[in-house]
This record gives sequence, C-alpha cells and structure tokens, in this order.
Amino acid sequence: MILGYTITQWLFGILSFLAIMFALMVVFSRNPINSVLYLVLTFFCIAGHYLLLNAQFLAVVHIVVYSGAIMVLFLFVIMLMNLNEDTEPQRTWLNKIIAAVAGGMLLFVMVGSLKGAEQLQYKQWGSSQIGLIKNLGMVLFKDFLFPFEIASILLLAAMVGAIMIGKKEIK
Amino acid sequence: MIAFLIYKTIICVCVFGLSLGVAAYSTWWERKFASFLQDRVGPDRAGPFGLLQPLADGGKMFFKEEIIPNVSNRFLFILGPSLFMITSLMTGAIIPWSKDVTIGGVVYPMQITDINIGILYLLGVASIGVYGIMIGGWASNNKFALLGAVRASSQMISYEIAMGISVIALIITTGGTLSLREIVAQQDAGLCNFVYQPLGFLIFFICALAETNRAPFDLAECESELVGGYHTEYSSMKLGLFLFAEYINMFVSSAIMAGFYFGGYNFPFAHEFYNAIGLAEGSWLISLIGFGCYFTKIFLFICLFMWVRWTLPRFRYDQLMNLGWKILLPLSLLNLAITVVVEYFRGNIHF
Repeated sequence: MILGYTITQWLFGILSFLAIMFALMVVFSRNPINSVLYLVLTFFCIAGHYLLLNAQFLAVVHIVVYSGAIMVLFLFVIMLMNLNEDTEPQRTWLNKIIAAVAGGMLLFVMVGSLKGAEQLQYKQWGSSQIGLIKNLGMVLFKDFLFPFEIASILLLAAMVGAIMIGKKEIK
Repeated sequence: MIAFLIYKTIICVCVFGLSLGVAAYSTWWERKFASFLQDRVGPDRAGPFGLLQPLADGGKMFFKEEIIPNVSNRFLFILGPSLFMITSLMTGAIIPWSKDVTIGGVVYPMQITDINIGILYLLGVASIGVYGIMIGGWASNNKFALLGAVRASSQMISYEIAMGISVIALIITTGGTLSLREIVAQQDAGLCNFVYQPLGFLIFFICALAETNRAPFDLAECESELVGGYHTEYSSMKLGLFLFAEYINMFVSSAIMAGFYFGGYNFPFAHEFYNAIGLAEGSWLISLIGFGCYFTKIFLFICLFMWVRWTLPRFRYDQLMNLGWKILLPLSLLNLAITVVVEYFRGNIHF
C-alpha cells in the first residue's frame, strides 16, 4: 500500500495516464514518424493493462502483432513517402470545418453509447486464470471453436483481397 | 526478500557480463576463424594470440569522432542503436543457463526469470528489435541507410513467420509448454529434441541466420550495393553498438538453438556420470558441469554461424525473399503437419 492505493492500482493509474498521453501525442505531433512511434508506445501501455488483467498471452500477442508487425508496416509506408511541407496538399477552411464536425459527431456517438455503460455488468467467464495460455486455448478450441474458425476465414478473405488489390495488372 | 533481490541482481549482472564478454570475444574469434579458413594469421599483435584485440577495438570505437548528421532527427538517431542493443540483451533473461543449485535448503535457479510464455516473449522481443534498425536507418536521412533499414526489417519480418511455425512444431513435440526451462528440462532423460524435429531445426537455423542479419543474409549491410546499409551514417560507439548487438544476437540465438534442440545443459548419460563420481542432485558442481556443457554447444553454434559466413556468398534480394516465402514457409507448414500426425500416433495429442 502506497498512499492508500495498492501497487496494482498505482500501476493501473500510471499505465492509463501514459496510454492516454501517448494517444494524444499521436494526434498532436507534427511529424508522422513520431506519431507512429507514439502509437507503438500506446500499444505497449495497453499490453501492460493486459498483463495487469493476468492475460499474458493477449499482452504478448498484442506486442507481436500490433507493435511488431502492423506498426512496422506503417513505418515502412511513412518512411518511403515524401513528407516535405510543400508537397502536402493545402487544407482549406471548408475541409477543416468538415473534419471538425465529423469528429465531433463521432465523439457524440461514443459518449452516447457510454451513457448506458453503467448498466452493463461484468460477466466473469471462468476464473481469473482465463488469460493464461492453456485455459485460453481450451476455451478457444473447445467452447468457441466455430466463431474462431469463422474469424480465421474472415482474415483469409481479407488477405486474399489485399493481395488482389496489390497485384500488378496481368496483360 | 532482500536475499532474493541480491541473488537476482547477481544473476542479472552475470548474464549481462556474459553476453557482453562473449560478444566481445566473438569478434576476436570471428577474425581468427576467418583467418584460419583463408589461410592467414589473423589478429596477433595485441596480447598473446591477439587476445587483447577486442579491448583495443572497443577503445578505438570510444575515441573515434562522433558524427551526427545535421539534418537528421537527433533523438531518433541516438535511439536507434540504443534500442537495438537493449532488445538484443533482453532475450538473455529467460535462458536457463544451468541446473538449479541448492545451498542450505534454498533452491537457486540459474535463470533470471522463468515466464510461462517464454517462447512468445522471445518472438515479441525479436519483433521489437526491428525498430532499432528502422529508426536508425530513417533518422540517418540517407537513401542507402533507409534502403538498408527497409531491407533488414522486411527480411526479419518475413523470416519470423517460418521461424514461428517451426517453433510451434517444437512446442507440439514438447507437450505444449512455452517455458524454456521446461523445454530444456524435458530433454534431461530422453533424446534431445533434434531427433524429433530435424527439419524444424534446419528451418529454425536458417531463420536465425536471417534474423541476426548474418551472411549469407546480410543484405542489409551489403557493401557492394548499399555502402554500409542502415549504419552508413553512424560512427564511433553508436556504430559499435550496432555491430556489437549483432554478436549478442548471434550468441543468444545460439543459446536458444542449443536449448531448444540440443538439450541445453543436458548431455547423454548425465545421471550415470554424476552417480559414478558421486555428486548429489542440486550440487553446485553439477550446475557448473551443465553450464560448461551448454557453453560448449553454444560455442559450436557460434562457430557454425562463422563457418557459414566465411563459406557462402551473399544471396540476391529476390532470392532471399523467395527462399523465405516460397520454400521455408511451405516447408515449415509441412513440418508442422508431419509433427502433428507423428505426435498423434505417439499418443501425445488428444482430441
């Protein structure tokens, strides 16, 4: 107990603060490379939250997939683009107003959906050990096998689609 | 609690020192080995057999002029090599270096920490290692450096897939454990995993060569095309960190291969040997012998890495990608399928 809070609560508070701060930095930093790097840090904070929830597998997979694979591809694309100030398309006032209105409406919808959240009840599925890899595998491959396989087909379809788009035209 | 912290601190410092020491002497041994293969003498000026050469090299690196390109992002330029070095040192934390030692009824494991998702931790750290190269290459603000960085990271990402799948086959053979400690301990009495996973080991070894950016996969720093690759703009100890981290990676991946496939600190007829000379389980001498055995295996793997480097020419980049995606990936999937069938008939898989 430090200052009336347990260590877990302290960790939760620090991680949440960092996650929100880095997420804000993603939006506010001028340089896209810095944005990507802040996003990676945000992912690390979220992985820390998973660890606090005793979901080690999810935490590591989050790092491997999001930080290790997806964000590296983002970095690739951004590094190879020409990011000089003068090649940036000029944003008119109309664009800015439209963006602000659209973003504000999204915020409105999200706040509206959060309003009912206090009525939601946490459903404890299994024990607190559910995040450990053995239990998670059992649940995924026994109780939820069908949705799991459906999700994999969805991913496969997305992958095929991405390859089709990226392919050169066959003459 | 205090005793535990002191013990963990000691073992952390030992593993840290071991990684750095082995990496330093790997540079010396690499040059000696190359000179042996090419019928030369090699470094022999600094100390007996040139043994002080790594110290001289390190000192030289520290005293060189430090150049940071004017236009580059200074923070990211320094972050790149630091990150690469940190990630390469992080993997040593979960390797079980030897058997537990029991002193006064207290068991001291010869491992910094044993996490039950050890293998995933390894893959995670390996995937973070890419950032050091990418950030360094981009912050150099140099076309060659950027191309080298893109090459290095796309190569590392591509070979991680085949590596991951060959590791899945290994996990199936070892009964579903992801902890390195258990994987090594399981090879205590029986045969080592190489017997069950020969193809998996071959794939893992090739991927380890590619992951560490060693020849014949060192396209990231291919002199004839890219000057120095991602570290073209680096000088002084920051260049040293990049080069040094490569040797640490080599050491750690040798340790992982020896632990995964060749039994780590175990050796054939170990129990008979210990009984014959009258050593009880948990004695520090057993631990020492086990460590020596593990280290011999690691040394042989490091030699294999060097042998490959000084024998094979470099791949072309399209050949590298074809090998990774069109040969190693299907091969590792085939290995996985064969493993599942074999393990089913051995009775290790239940539905």
